[in-house]
Amino acid sequence: MRTITLREGADLDGFRRAVRRLAAARTAPEGVLWSVGAPSLFGDDAPASEDGAPVFLPQAVGQLIETVVCHSDPERYALLYRLVWRVLNGERALLDQHADPLVHRLERLDKAVRRDIHKMHAFLRFRALSDPDGGERYVAWFEPDHHIVEAVAPFFVERFESMVWTILTPKGSLHWDRRSLMTGPPAERPDSLADDRFAEGWLRYYESTFNPARVNPTAMRAEMPRKYWANMPETAAIPALVRSAPARVQAMLEAEAAIPRRRMPEKAVAAMARQAPESLAELNRVIQRSEPLVPGATQAVLGEGPEGAAIAIVGEQPGDQEDRDGRPFVGPAGQLLTAALEEAGIDRGGVYLTNAVKHFKFVQRGKRRIHQSPTAGEVKHYRWWLMTELGFVRPRLVVALGATAALALTGRTVAVLRERGPMAFDGWNGFVTVHPSYLLRLPGEEERRRAQAEFVADLRRAAALV
Amino acid sequence: MDDALIEKLGILADAAKYDASCASSGAKPRRGGKEGLGSTTGAGICHAYTPDGRCVSLLKILLTNHCLFDCVYCINRRSSNVRRARFTVEEVVTLTLGFYKRNCIEGLFLSSGIIRSPDHTMEQMMLVARTLRRDHGFAGYIHLKTIPEASPWLIEQAGLWADRLSINLELPTDHSLKAFAPEKNGGTIKAVMGQVNERIVEAKEERRRFSPAGQSTQLIVGADDATDRSVLETSGTLYQRYGLRRVYYSAFSPIPEASSVLPVKPPPLQRENRLYQADWLLRYYGFTVEEIASGGEDGMLDLGIDPKLAWALKNRERFPVDVNSADREMLLRVPGLGARAVDKILSARRHTRLRLEDLGRLSTGLRRARPFLIAADYHPAGGLTDRLDLRQRLVTPSSQLSLF
Repeated sequence: MRTITLREGADLDGFRRAVRRLAAARTAPEGVLWSVGAPSLFGDDAPASEDGAPVFLPQAVGQLIETVVCHSDPERYALLYRLVWRVLNGERALLDQHADPLVHRLERLDKAVRRDIHKMHAFLRFRALSDPDGGERYVAWFEPDHHIVEAVAPFFVERFESMVWTILTPKGSLHWDRRSLMTGPPAERPDSLADDRFAEGWLRYYESTFNPARVNPTAMRAEMPRKYWANMPETAAIPALVRSAPARVQAMLEAEAAIPRRRMPEKAVAAMARQAPESLAELNRVIQRSEPLVPGATQAVLGEGPEGAAIAIVGEQPGDQEDRDGRPFVGPAGQLLTAALEEAGIDRGGVYLTNAVKHFKFVQRGKRRIHQSPTAGEVKHYRWWLMTELGFVRPRLVVALGATAALALTGRTVAVLRERGPMAFDGWNGFVTVHPSYLLRLPGEEERRRAQAEFVADLRRAAALV
Repeated sequence: MDDALIEKLGILADAAKYDASCASSGAKPRRGGKEGLGSTTGAGICHAYTPDGRCVSLLKILLTNHCLFDCVYCINRRSSNVRRARFTVEEVVTLTLGFYKRNCIEGLFLSSGIIRSPDHTMEQMMLVARTLRRDHGFAGYIHLKTIPEASPWLIEQAGLWADRLSINLELPTDHSLKAFAPEKNGGTIKAVMGQVNERIVEAKEERRRFSPAGQSTQLIVGADDATDRSVLETSGTLYQRYGLRRVYYSAFSPIPEASSVLPVKPPPLQRENRLYQADWLLRYYGFTVEEIASGGEDGMLDLGIDPKLAWALKNRERFPVDVNSADREMLLRVPGLGARAVDKILSARRHTRLRLEDLGRLSTGLRRARPFLIAADYHPAGGLTDRLDLRQRLVTPSSQLSLF
């Protein structure tokens, strides 16, 4: 009979090393006595050469071991070793056999530890202490059932990484200084953890969010057993809340239906219905106040041109230059458009110019901001604004430059080169042509000249429709 | 945090407590890091329970309980004499951060009465979320109620900052909405659900963050005369058409300052509970609304037994089911067997023929499941499912919970 003594608490390392040795020596579970108490037989001074080779176990078994060693049941190591032994001796899929008595019992231990961890995440309360140097520290006292102090640490570190905090428990303690985590010995309950105004506010919140008409203390206790109450400030309110509930409900049931004592705010109610922007200027203020859907843009680029313009031209989205200047069509493609309009005999100043999307979208490459096309979802998001905007401008014809604008104005994918020309948009007489940036991207000089001539011809045709 | 703020908190938490649609689950993992604060893990955490058995997960408050709407079932309607209060954006931010640092909450659930206009209200709520996220690096959970009458772009702005958006339908039929909530319009609400759903789906495809935990809604039960069947039909439509994550049911409970139009009686908690069970069958157990409704009478669920048992008792010819050979779909229809137990049965039976004793270790509901099962060592004697008193044998008397 071999006796193995492991460290107090969750001694995962000690258990792992013990398993390696026992497996190497082919020691059956019946031949091992497990006990707990410092110092561990496998303290750090034990020569590693005595360890057996690593034992390969299915991942699920490894995870179960990690959890169950935290349990306070003194039999946990013996049960786990019986599991390991059976898995190593022909029952690889043992954990699938949920009806096996050993597996069933280990699953129950596993569940108890998980629940304890979950409840510690949930019911632990920090109190704020002011440091002499003006900083804030947070301290909590908690009494877990199992050895889970180290198991809960990652959760608290991740959630409260930017705070300085200490968690004290009878099974060990944790301290986080915003950089590193220190584990410490078991602690005593601190004499007094003074509550601040936030704790007072929390108590008021807890009382107010309770609905006396639904009182059900049994359900409460099932999820929040009494053993946790001592360390939760809000639970002080429970007895009075439960006691007063019947009377509060009775009073509500017996009360006469309420007759409003104050005048009804007819004016305000009537005014409420008029909330849509009433002018283009107001709409533009809404657009300027709004966040870009994709972060990064300097500002929203608004439409430009006279309200009541006969033609509205809709582009894709602002580019780098537009984003800096806050005006549409001022970059290279804009200059091309200006020239084409002039050639087609259209006065740019008399046209309303805007974009389907109001914010520049890009990826940063060194110093350059590389334009990114908007996605269909982004185009739809901006569609509300475009439609409202056109509603104020009331053009006789809307010209869509490129596929993005056509998508915004029709709600469908348009093949620009195939479908260029007049088209019915949602509520507008429309016309589809290419976007001038397409001309900039054409490789050959000859090709570009021809495409540009077609673009100018399109603009002439559009102008003739008005 | 001074006395005045504590006082406001009392009023505005009380005003928000009737909203059940406030879970904190389903968010994408996220952390605030060294400069920010908080984390979301995907599963919500209940940080406390109040004596009504409900969980306290988010700081559930209204921005203001002043309201221009006059929905009769609502404590905050404009014709109510309830005490009114109003938070500033900064106050809500301060409260959220303060409670979060003390590990009291998972985040914020913010709703509001309608003041000035739906747009103004929605914008204020959006500003709270934006301030938390942008100025404080807050990575906890944010759930915003959307105001369906607000402009589409404001609702979409809210989705940029919130983990979940919800719009309360409140009443299951357009007819009841008209009668009880004159300013609301079922068409508008559903249009916004459609819009939000579209944005959520697109953002997922385009890997953008937009209300990553989806959207939910709430239906009040027992304020109008809608049957359980029509409530479930409404839910079924919402799940299918708008991709809602959850429909919450809230038993109409008496409110101080009640309107004369509404029933004055204790809330139908049992009915609410049965609707939740039915909703579960709808979402996870492959039942149709029609099947669930057929278990009850006249469009109402049986209050005495759960809807799955009710269906089984009316469809006895489908039982008993052999646990060693039946498919998943049929096992899920056995009263007392939950989805988890069924999955365990499926994996365990690959290795062994299951006996009754084994089932006892796989499921906690064996007592109810037994008459409907066949196991390796067990066949219900004399067709237990044919007994007329089966219902009596299975039902533990249930009544509304009494106050003590």
